[in-house]
Amino acid sequence: MKRFKMPPWLVLLLPAIIILSAVVLIPLVLSLYSSFTPYKLTRPESLYKWIGTFNYEKALGDTKFWAAFGRTILLLTIALNLEMLCGLGLALMVSKVTRGQRALRTAMMFPMMFSPILVGFQFKFIFNDNVGLVNNALQSLGITDMAIPWLVDGKLAMFAIIFAEMWTSTSVFAILILAGLFAIPQDPLEAAKVDGCTPIQSFRFVTLPFLMPFIYIAMAIRSLDVARAYDIVQIMTNGGPARRTELLWTLIGRTGYVDAKMGYANAMGYISIFLAIFFTIYFFRKLTAARAELGMGV
Amino acid sequence: MAQVHLKNVVKKYGSLEVVHAINLDIEDGEFVVLVGPSGCGKSTTLRMIAGLEDISGGDIEIGDRVVNDLAPRDRNISMVFQNYALYPHMTVQENLGFSLKIAKFSQSEIDAAVQNAAEILSLTDLMDRKPGALSGGQRQRVAMGRAIVRHPDVFLFDEPLSNLDAKLRTQMRVEIKKLHQKVKSTIVYVTHDQIEAMTLADRIVIMRDGHIEQIGTPLDVFEHPVNTFVASFIGSPPMNFLEAQIDGGKIILQDGTALTMPAGYAANEGQKVTFGVRADNIMPQNHAMPAGNNMALVEMEVSLTEPLGTETLLFAELAGSEVQAKMLNPRPVQNGERLTFEISLDKCHIFDAQTGNALKAQ
Repeated sequence: MKRFKMPPWLVLLLPAIIILSAVVLIPLVLSLYSSFTPYKLTRPESLYKWIGTFNYEKALGDTKFWAAFGRTILLLTIALNLEMLCGLGLALMVSKVTRGQRALRTAMMFPMMFSPILVGFQFKFIFNDNVGLVNNALQSLGITDMAIPWLVDGKLAMFAIIFAEMWTSTSVFAILILAGLFAIPQDPLEAAKVDGCTPIQSFRFVTLPFLMPFIYIAMAIRSLDVARAYDIVQIMTNGGPARRTELLWTLIGRTGYVDAKMGYANAMGYISIFLAIFFTIYFFRKLTAARAELGMGV
Repeated sequence: MAQVHLKNVVKKYGSLEVVHAINLDIEDGEFVVLVGPSGCGKSTTLRMIAGLEDISGGDIEIGDRVVNDLAPRDRNISMVFQNYALYPHMTVQENLGFSLKIAKFSQSEIDAAVQNAAEILSLTDLMDRKPGALSGGQRQRVAMGRAIVRHPDVFLFDEPLSNLDAKLRTQMRVEIKKLHQKVKSTIVYVTHDQIEAMTLADRIVIMRDGHIEQIGTPLDVFEHPVNTFVASFIGSPPMNFLEAQIDGGKIILQDGTALTMPAGYAANEGQKVTFGVRADNIMPQNHAMPAGNNMALVEMEVSLTEPLGTETLLFAELAGSEVQAKMLNPRPVQNGERLTFEISLDKCHIFDAQTGNALKAQ
């Protein structure tokens, strides 16, 4: 009897297949499957009960879920735009620096070097209503004599979170846009000067179109980042007060691990993935269009 | 339309002075070409006129205004760049109309001006394309079109043809000349190519190391170069130079060959000189050298030939230096063949061996 012999390509690919299955495929399939069960961490046998799309229907009808969904989009929109504007301003200023620019560029990356958890703790302290730096500073300057409840008031808490996000990640935009600024050919800018452009017009009509691809790359990266925002929020407000800063992934994390409803959490997770996919596709479309605009091909 | 005056214009980068107090007066409607080797300051001078570089001293006037401190947009100039400098994200139409749009002209005025420029440069079929979809020559035409829509006082061209292949360059040269005849504006044109300079210019300005060496009409600088630099730079192939001495009313080359001295240099008796003669004025005997010239005869061995079709360049050695001669009505010449050449003494140039300056015939 001839022994079964695997074809060589399969043998060679096998290590990769095994690792990918163990790390990606099996968890993916398992989580997808569990989203169709009432799986609770506390009752393992519930994993074997098939309930169809019940979890998905429940999530889509859940106001808490949609509130978190909307809040995530709000955070994404505000944070991304502010970071883009600040990053652009920062990059424009740094690009004009003639001495010590390298050191400055390195310093600009410092916020990205901290773990988001630590950034969360740092801003939790800064915005603390009793001992926080902000309130102390405001009171010492005599601007207010009240303790402003930064992390307790719903709107202020959202502001504090956006502020922390910006502090960490504006440099992502600044660095990518700076790279874009260095890559701009000087000739069209000089032509614009001769053609009668003021510096602002040169920026608007020549520099900015050149920068758009870089801005969209930064946007695509950051939109994924913010869409999965978890750590900073978890530390600073834990989704509170009264769920007013609850984002998608803090809600999903709470549902899965605190309430132990893993099946339901997985279903919400799969719906949320579409948000990230949507933003990625959106910004890559924009990127392609901006590159085509510059005649850079696609 | 305007004149341009440069008065003692200086450009320094830090302590390094790259343009040394140059003076230049350009007439209204004149086509002036700045020519010189790389790093001679010609582009810097042009960019100072454009306002893209500050000037470190002196005055620049366009029309009757001193424009030293005016931004480029206030000088009413337009410029064509070596790399075309088109706006890559705009169509040809938008590129052409951009300066007028910035100047807040009405859309109908812009359309008319753009249409007009497009017709002059035959760009009408390309209006909706972006620069990325154009060939080098087409981009060059768009760049020129962008310059002419504004009816500027002065056109500035910064080596506009150097990125084109040889054939296209010749073609665009003609286009530029025609353009000048049509728009009749003042043009300042920078190039390192002496053929462009000769063919385009009303007057040529030859620069070296931040100094102006000579200003004159193309024929003037060709026939009366003020020094060996200009003589070697203008004309192709470059002028032949031979070290010599004026002795006893003759020009004695280093190997003792004595040539009859052209008239008028008796006062320079005994002086060491550089004897210059162009290839066009050294020809094999009986080879179409115009009769009646004052000739010197020398015998040389041909070391190399370059047939160019209508003529052949001959390389030979005379008095220890390589000289180039020309043979009109070419016939095959073997390397190593010894020929008798005629040197036209009426067309030769005599320079001071030390300073390189041309000696004036008395």
